Amino acid sequence: MQYLTEYRERASVEKISAEIQRITTRPWALMEVCGGQTHAIAKYGLQQLLPPEIELLHGPGCPVCVTSLAIIDQAIAIAARPEVIFCSFGDMLRVPGSHSDLLSVKAAGGDVRTVYSPMDALALAQVHPDRQVVFFAIGFETTAPANAMAVFQAQRKGLGNFSLLVSQFLVPPAIETICADGDTRVQGFLAAGHVCAITGFEAYQPLAQRIRRPIVVTGFEPLDILEGVLMCVRQLEQGTCDVQNQYARAVPREGNRPAREMLQRVFEISPQHWRGVGEIAGSGLRLRPQYSAFDANQRFPRVTTGRDDSRGCISGQIMQGRSKPDDCPHFGKACRPQSPLGAPMVSSEGPCAAYYRYASRYASRYANRKPARSQYEKQELPNEH
Amino acid sequence: MCLGIPGLVEEILNGAPLERSARVRFGGIRKEINLAYVPSANVGDYVIVHVGFAISVVNEQEARRIFRYLEELGDLQDLESNREASPWKPV
Repeated sequence: MQYLTEYRERASVEKISAEIQRITTRPWALMEVCGGQTHAIAKYGLQQLLPPEIELLHGPGCPVCVTSLAIIDQAIAIAARPEVIFCSFGDMLRVPGSHSDLLSVKAAGGDVRTVYSPMDALALAQVHPDRQVVFFAIGFETTAPANAMAVFQAQRKGLGNFSLLVSQFLVPPAIETICADGDTRVQGFLAAGHVCAITGFEAYQPLAQRIRRPIVVTGFEPLDILEGVLMCVRQLEQGTCDVQNQYARAVPREGNRPAREMLQRVFEISPQHWRGVGEIAGSGLRLRPQYSAFDANQRFPRVTTGRDDSRGCISGQIMQGRSKPDDCPHFGKACRPQSPLGAPMVSSEGPCAAYYRYASRYASRYANRKPARSQYEKQELPNEH
Repeated sequence: MCLGIPGLVEEILNGAPLERSARVRFGGIRKEINLAYVPSANVGDYVIVHVGFAISVVNEQEARRIFRYLEELGDLQDLESNREASPWKPV
């Protein structure tokens, strides 16, 4: 097994798709929480493999998209300082702040570097003792243990020139917030597989009971996502709201204990502001007081942020599954990956970027109209590693 | 952002508990990956990797579950013949 290609086999995908069709008797709207799943759905045209009654709504699981304007402005101010080497995942560089973005800082001579892992930033701090190395620690529960390890090791090594600008988010409070909105159309959730690889899904059981909706922990390959949909639809058809694990090959019930312990050690739960959504209680992770020396917000002056001029971006509506990217009047016109109005068009996991990039393979407006079979015959499932 | 890719652990490079690392192969690419969070991972295991860290060891038995289910849904003969002809079959 390679754990990738087998899950992209067309015959398997079609078999699951036929089974979903067989058991569906009425319309259902499901939300996939993770931006990685949104991306796969657009890329492989999975919406078109579903019966007309099933609609997929896209969730808030893109940390680039939900990081607040205030934090992006703070990042831009820190990155512009001459003593700083500012390290970030590549996706953040083009996200618009109030007046600028990190890429413009880099163009103006700022030392902004794209890294693959927070440990790369830690290594830079070791080889540049005369510079302040700041890592832009964005992410959900999946990424937070890596951020925690970088801080833990920085303290062990006594590095005084390493800090994190933290923008971390927790998934369950966001699911609860979406459901607290009386208007939400979401009837079932595909939970983010890699988040649950860290957290496990024991906490999701009481959540599913509270929100009275089924939750299926789901993987990322076409076959995974369709099986997640199948399991969720089966529950909806039977009227149950349990937690199921489609992605058991990577997600044990208890998650990853060493990673959870490191999270506990370094971070504590805090309120968090989600761009376009607002503040959600208990939905963030910030550094504990004993690690405050590694908090970039303590180390550098705070900037006051400008007005949240979203320039017409409806990211909040999109991140809560109320609107689809192509409902936005600017989609594909004023707002494109080359000239994004908002973060969902920048990030590779942003729903708008996914829709734009794979525009020919989906039709959300016409999601309830299955394409002719021949269209799918022509569609290759590419081999990517 | 929570992209996680399965890779094969080829060689343990560093044995220190919190800095344990290995050379992991993803298709044709090899990379040094931190194993601090998967203390049980060993050579020959597949691990799911996210931002330089292995976050879980792939459970082979669970990985086969969906294919057993597909077999129950109908015979897999067409799939088997398809797999032989698959243009992206790993060599």
